[in-house]
Amino acid sequence: MDTDVIIPVQYTSTTDTQEYGRHCMEGLDRDFSKKVKPGDIMVAKKNFGCGSSREPAPIAIRVAGVSCVIAKTFARIFYRNAFNVGLPLLECEDAPDRIEQGHEIEVNLDTGEIRDLLLGESFQAKPIPPFMQDLIRDGGLMNHLAKTLKKAI
Amino acid sequence: MGMTMAEKILAAHAGATGVTPGELIDAHIDVIMGHDLSIPLAAQEMERIGAERVFDPDKIVLVPDHFTPNKDVKAAESCRQMKRFAQKHGISHYYEVGEMGIAHAFLPEKGLVVPGDLVVGGDSHTCTYGALGAFSTGIGSTDLAAAMLTGKLWFKVPKSRKFVYHGKRQPWVDGKDLILYTIGDIGVDGALYESMEFTGEAIQELPMAGRFTMANMAVEAGAKAGLFEVDRKTEEYLEGRAKRNYTAVRSDHDATYAGIREYDVSRVEPQVAFPHLPSNTRPISQAASMNIAIDQAVIGSCTNGRIEDLRTAAQILRGRRAAPFVRMIIIPATQEVYRQAMQEGLFEIFLDARAVISTPTCGPCVGGHMGVLAKGERAISTTNRNFVGRMGHPESEVYLSNPAVAAASAVLGRIASPAEVVKEL
Repeated sequence: MDTDVIIPVQYTSTTDTQEYGRHCMEGLDRDFSKKVKPGDIMVAKKNFGCGSSREPAPIAIRVAGVSCVIAKTFARIFYRNAFNVGLPLLECEDAPDRIEQGHEIEVNLDTGEIRDLLLGESFQAKPIPPFMQDLIRDGGLMNHLAKTLKKAI
Repeated sequence: MGMTMAEKILAAHAGATGVTPGELIDAHIDVIMGHDLSIPLAAQEMERIGAERVFDPDKIVLVPDHFTPNKDVKAAESCRQMKRFAQKHGISHYYEVGEMGIAHAFLPEKGLVVPGDLVVGGDSHTCTYGALGAFSTGIGSTDLAAAMLTGKLWFKVPKSRKFVYHGKRQPWVDGKDLILYTIGDIGVDGALYESMEFTGEAIQELPMAGRFTMANMAVEAGAKAGLFEVDRKTEEYLEGRAKRNYTAVRSDHDATYAGIREYDVSRVEPQVAFPHLPSNTRPISQAASMNIAIDQAVIGSCTNGRIEDLRTAAQILRGRRAAPFVRMIIIPATQEVYRQAMQEGLFEIFLDARAVISTPTCGPCVGGHMGVLAKGERAISTTNRNFVGRMGHPESEVYLSNPAVAAASAVLGRIASPAEVVKEL
C-alpha cells in the first residue's frame, strides 16, 4: 500500500488538511472517505505507506477519522510521519492475517495489545517506544516540541 | 567492535563515540532540504506553534522543483508560500526557477553536500546523496519543521546491509540496472529500515552518475539510506564543487551487517521494472520479446536526468526518430545539465529525433505535469516509481528502465533493447 494510493499527489499541493481527508485512499476506493467512521481502525499487510515522504498521507488517514493503523510492517518515513502528526501505528505480524472487514477491534497503545472482539482473540503488537507514546499524547511532534521548548525557557 | 560508515556518521553527529543499531539518538543535521510540496506544511506547522526563527538559515536549501514552473494556481500558491518562507527567514540557499534543478541532482552539483554529512530532506529520494558518502534520508513535513527549528532530529540507528558487485558490466548496463536488479532480488521491503552499503569492484568502476542513480533508489527497497565509500571518482567529482571541507569515513573491517548479498554484474542485462512495483523486474531480453507498445518515453528525473544519462540517450537517438504516435519527453535535471547538453549538441540530436526538451522539473514522474498519462496509456520511463497512478490515470502503466532502453523503446514504439537499435557500440 503506497502513498500514491493513500493520497494521489494532485491533492497534496494545498495545506488544507480537510481536503486530504476527502481524498484518503482514493487510489484504492473512491468512496473510502464517505464509508469510514470516526474511530475506525485500518488493518493492512506489509510495507504500509511505502513510497513518497508526503505527509498528507498519514494526515489524510487521521482526518478521515481512522484512530489507528495496524500492519505487519510500515515503511519507515510513513512510520515517522504518522507519529509526528499524531496517528498511532501498531506493528503486528499475526493480527492482519486474522482480522477482517467489519470486526470490532480494541487496541491498547500503552501495551500494544490488540483484541478482536468478534473472534475473541488477542494479538500482541510490538510495544510503542515511550518517546513515540509521548508524541501521540501531545498530539504530534510540533506540539511536543512546543511544550518542551517552553519548558526549556 | 567495528562500525559501518552509516553508524560512524550517525555517532559523530550525536556526539557519541559509538552507536548500535536500534538505538534512538538525537543528532545534529548538516543540511536540510525542502521543496514546493514539503515546505508549505512545514512552514504552517512552525507558524502554528509560534516559532519565529530557523536554527540556521545557511543550512537550509530550498528548491522549487516538483510542480514548477508552476503548473496551476494551487502549485503557484505552494511556491509562493515557500518563497515567502525563504524571505522571512533569510534562507541563503533558495534557488528560483531559472537557477534551480531537481533537488537531488542539484545539491550535489552545487557542492552543497559533502562526504560524512548528515542530511535530511522533505523528499523520500533524499537518500541520493549517499553516493557522496553522506548519510542522507527522507523525512516528512513535520520532521522538516522540527529540523529547521532545532537543527536536530531523533533517529533510530538502522542496521546496515552490504551489497557487493563483482565483474564487468555488459554494454548498456548502468547504475539503474544494478539497482533495479537488486530491488528485484530483495523486494521493495528487502532493506526496510536499514542502511544499504554498495561496494565491490564493479562499483569502483561505476561513474558517479550511476552511483547517484543507485543511492537514489535505495528507498525503493525500503531503506533509510544507501551509502558508497569515497574513492578517487568521488574526490574528482567534489573537486571545485565542494563548498566545505570534509572527512570521508569508511566501514571498519569488523563492522556488523544484517546481511551481505553478492552479485556478478557480468550476468546482469539492462532491466525493466514492470507495473506496479520497482521490484517487478525482468531482463531486457525478455521484456523486449513481449511486444509491449508504448505511448510515451520519459528520460529525466532525479534518478536519470544527469548529463551522462542524456549522452547515453543521444547515442541511441543520433540519426533516428521517435516512432509515430510516441511522445518522447527529455528533461535535463538541472540548468547546468541543460546548458551542457545544449553545448554538446545533444539538443540537435533530440530535436531531430522528435523529442520534447523540458525545463528541469519533477513533472511527469509524480504525475504532476509535462507528460501525464491518460487512462490505458503506457510509458517507459527512467524515473524511480511505477506505482498505480504514479504518472497520471490510475489505469495507466509505467515501466522503469535506464536511459538507453527508454530511448530505444521510443524509436521502436515498443519496449526494446538498445542492441536492437544500435548494432555496434
